[in-house]
Amino acid sequence: MLGGATLIWMIVLPFVASAVAALLPSNARNAEAWLSGTVMLAILIMVMMAYPDIAAGNAVRQSVSWMPELGLELVFRIDGFAWMFAMLISGIGFLVVIYTRYYMSPEDPIPRFYMFFLAFAGSMLGVVLSGNLIQLVIFWELTSIFSFLLIGYWYHNAAARDGARMSLTVTGIGGMALLGGMLLIGHVVGSYDLDEVLASGDLLREHDLYRPILILVLLGAFTKSAQFPFQFWLPNAMAAPTPVSAFLHSATMVKAGVFLMARMWPVLAGTYEWFFVVGLAGMITLVLGAFFSIFQQDIKGLLAYSTISHLGLITMLLSLGSPLGAVAAIFHMMNHATFKASLFMAAGIIDHETGTRDMRRLGGLLSAMPITATLAMVASAAMAGVPLLNGFLSKEMFFAEAIEHHADSWLDTIAPYAAVIASAFAVTYSIRFIHSVFFGAAPEPLPREPHEPPFFMRLPVFLLVLICLIVGVVPGRTVGPYLHSAVVSVLGDSTPYYSLAVWHGFTLPLMMSIVALVAGALMFLTIRSYLATSEEGPPYFRRINGQRIFEQVMVTVSWRWARFLEGWLGTRRLQPQLRLMVAIALIAAILTLWRGPLLPEIRLAGSTDVVFTILWVIGMACAIGAAYQAKFHRLVALMLMSGAGLITCITFVWLSAPDLALTQLLVEVVTTVLILLGLRWLPQRFADVETPVQAFWSRLRRYRDFAMAIACGLGMAMISYAVMVRQPPQTIADYFVENAYPLGGGTNVVNVILVDFRGFDTFGEITVLGIVAITVFVLLRRFRPAPESVGSTQQQRHQSADDPVAMPGGGTIVADYLYVPAVIMQWLFPVIVVLSAYLFLRGHDLPGGGFVAGIALASAFILQYLAAGTRWVEERLRVLPVKWIGWGLLIAAATGIGSWALGYPFLTSHAQYVELPVIGKVPAATALFFDLGVFALVLGATVLMLIALAHQSIRKLRAAKTAALAEQEVQ
Amino acid sequence: MTELTLSLGIGVLVGSGVWLLLRPRTYQVIVGLSLIAYGVNLFIFSMGRLRSGVPPVLDGSGIVDPAAYTDPVPQALVLTAIVIGFATTALFLVVLLVARGLTGSDHVDGREP
Repeated sequence: MLGGATLIWMIVLPFVASAVAALLPSNARNAEAWLSGTVMLAILIMVMMAYPDIAAGNAVRQSVSWMPELGLELVFRIDGFAWMFAMLISGIGFLVVIYTRYYMSPEDPIPRFYMFFLAFAGSMLGVVLSGNLIQLVIFWELTSIFSFLLIGYWYHNAAARDGARMSLTVTGIGGMALLGGMLLIGHVVGSYDLDEVLASGDLLREHDLYRPILILVLLGAFTKSAQFPFQFWLPNAMAAPTPVSAFLHSATMVKAGVFLMARMWPVLAGTYEWFFVVGLAGMITLVLGAFFSIFQQDIKGLLAYSTISHLGLITMLLSLGSPLGAVAAIFHMMNHATFKASLFMAAGIIDHETGTRDMRRLGGLLSAMPITATLAMVASAAMAGVPLLNGFLSKEMFFAEAIEHHADSWLDTIAPYAAVIASAFAVTYSIRFIHSVFFGAAPEPLPREPHEPPFFMRLPVFLLVLICLIVGVVPGRTVGPYLHSAVVSVLGDSTPYYSLAVWHGFTLPLMMSIVALVAGALMFLTIRSYLATSEEGPPYFRRINGQRIFEQVMVTVSWRWARFLEGWLGTRRLQPQLRLMVAIALIAAILTLWRGPLLPEIRLAGSTDVVFTILWVIGMACAIGAAYQAKFHRLVALMLMSGAGLITCITFVWLSAPDLALTQLLVEVVTTVLILLGLRWLPQRFADVETPVQAFWSRLRRYRDFAMAIACGLGMAMISYAVMVRQPPQTIADYFVENAYPLGGGTNVVNVILVDFRGFDTFGEITVLGIVAITVFVLLRRFRPAPESVGSTQQQRHQSADDPVAMPGGGTIVADYLYVPAVIMQWLFPVIVVLSAYLFLRGHDLPGGGFVAGIALASAFILQYLAAGTRWVEERLRVLPVKWIGWGLLIAAATGIGSWALGYPFLTSHAQYVELPVIGKVPAATALFFDLGVFALVLGATVLMLIALAHQSIRKLRAAKTAALAEQEVQ
Repeated sequence: MTELTLSLGIGVLVGSGVWLLLRPRTYQVIVGLSLIAYGVNLFIFSMGRLRSGVPPVLDGSGIVDPAAYTDPVPQALVLTAIVIGFATTALFLVVLLVARGLTGSDHVDGREP
């Protein structure tokens, strides 16, 4: 008796082990094998111990709340059918781990293999143990992803990469469709819970959305289980290491598709659509897979097509909609997993011991490896459906179902014939495999001298073959009860009577079996000599290559169409993109505002302030002037832009925002200096010479842009006005105003918001500022000016030419350049430092603060640079802006972290006043330290940007001088 | 009337800015972005409604009446916006200088049309 929590462990354990496996050293082959083996065995034991709880046909559930707001919860659920699959996954997984230890070579990076393998096992267990449809799809997708990684394990091999990509594309598309189908089911049923869905069969089948649901779910199942027309990925997945093929592509992952069909069988099956779509796909897959399998030369290719065919058989059984068909399908899932896994392992042994998998080159291995040969022969016989083996039993059931009448359709009529033909093919390819590998003689010496593999490599094969045999001889007493609980959990009350006996008398299905065996053997004898030397692939069909079609489709969709769309819709030019963005913003705003009452009754009441109006007349003139002059008169445009900035600044003063005015004013100064420093590197602009046609088009473009600009301006004006004349709603402002002093200990509410209430935002913001400053610094280190900007500027050259005394580095005219202002500027330095300290300290209570103080001090530095030149300043002052940025950020972060030490959340501040001698009462909130960080960072960032730009001139000069000196020396 | 004046001012700032934003020369774009920044900052600021002579600086005594002060929240937002605006202007200026040095052109696409 186990609780539901064990279910969660079954899924969590492999993922945890996967993480551990990834961390082991790359040569830890034994440790990896022990870890994985122990985990798989532990899961196997857990699954076994869960059996008593579900034996009666009921389910054990365990839910974990996931996203309760969305009604999503993780549901783990095990019933007889899921139990059967969990047994297959953990049991075969355990055997594959043992086998892998001997199969993989020491050169292979083994941690990666076990990491993916364990994670895959966890995902697969997740699929079968999910009690929620969305959760099931997530695990389903995980199996696709880990399968992709496992197929591509040997990624140095192109076939492995292609096969991996193809399987991911196909199964990924299927997973997408499945998700859509599950969402529709959830929509119809009103729940994603598996139990509720399974109870809503009639509702689903009669719903209008039944057909879309069916198509989407089947797309998922068909792609996963390699059903026609999606079968082509499976043979290409054979590039995976053989343990992967044995586990994924025979026993588990490809079974997920048929698992899903069986799981949803009670709710989706039984309609004509189901019968026709599933039946057609299953029958085509069954016959074609078997036919193709005969003509493969690669052992794994043969087994892959055989797997496709057997999956088709299961699909066809499920299509019938009869309970007995479902019983046979479930039974065959079990049987196929055992004999096919053992065959894949045998194929791996042959490959491992001889160095080839090509049946044209193999032969006579019976004498070299008799035990392996015997095991492979028994497993092949099971695959062919020989009596006294498990494959025979489920095949008998299949024949019995095929001859029954299920629907009035040609499909139902030809079903028995298709069944017999496919079975005959199965006999042919089974004999073919055994004969060409173990009998006769190899046409040429094998790459390696074959011998029996290590005992533990053979053991998994032996155990699986033993199961085939025991089940085949005494089915009722071995798998009988387990099969019954699996069947009951799927079919519930409609579980039919069925018999697992080996001998039913001389019935029609037995006749069909005999016919298939004889016909298959005869067919082998007929084409034996052809097969010994033929090309890979069946005659006539060889040209229809699923892989090639797939790749052509991929190229068309992901390359041709993508390029076409890119060429048609995309542009690398900035202007059209910006224009589009502006246009979209404009249209979006117009559409939104079209319906709502945009403008209330215009109140022309209120005071008309003439000064304010005049101010803004100037401001608007500045803005328009800047726009007009920015092309040819950059300096004028810069001055006019600053004019508009000053008007903005005055507006802030006017409208009760002293902090903003201070910041705006100082930022304006620094921005202007910065752009002035940059102007020197821009090219001179002359009017373009245009032909009349070009001039016409460019004028047209300008008209269009002008119209857009007018529209944007008008729109902004209207929206602003519409908001400003409305009554303000109740906002959070009141909270801040009321609590700034009691909680933040400051009377300047704006500053308290910045450093206290919204301190974390400010912290993020100063981080951005620091990043920008360092980016600017780094960009400028790699700066190479355009050739015509190197050397002295035009103005400097004119000046030197007119200078009566010619000297290198400037004559008498520049000797006393700005002499008096320079002295004043130098004297101003301490004054500005004091001002900055004053602004900083009073910031919490009165307009000021770290931002303003930082920029003010930065402008003090800039004045020194302007007055005396870069070298003079740097010889006398240690300017280390990068360090200031770092310290600023550290102080701000430390202040925040400090509150953790006292048990408060990040950046909780404490406020109190400190009595200082002379100065008096000083506010000393911890926010002041935070503001100190802001101050240091703003100072560092501003100075760094300005200096980095200012340095460009002297750097180039120095470089030019060094070059000139070098030239002189050469001469 | 103050509202009308300021609205028109915002409109002209944004209109001039958008016009420059669509021009082909990098310097025009940087001036345009600055003008738009002024307009947008004023717009955000004006969301707290316009009032003169009531700055959000408390007198530090007793009970506080929020109605006696202008809205501090837009001001706090705009204050950070001004500083970040300065940073992005500086970054764009440097990018345009480096692009000009690398491509030899001051066209926004890095090459003459």
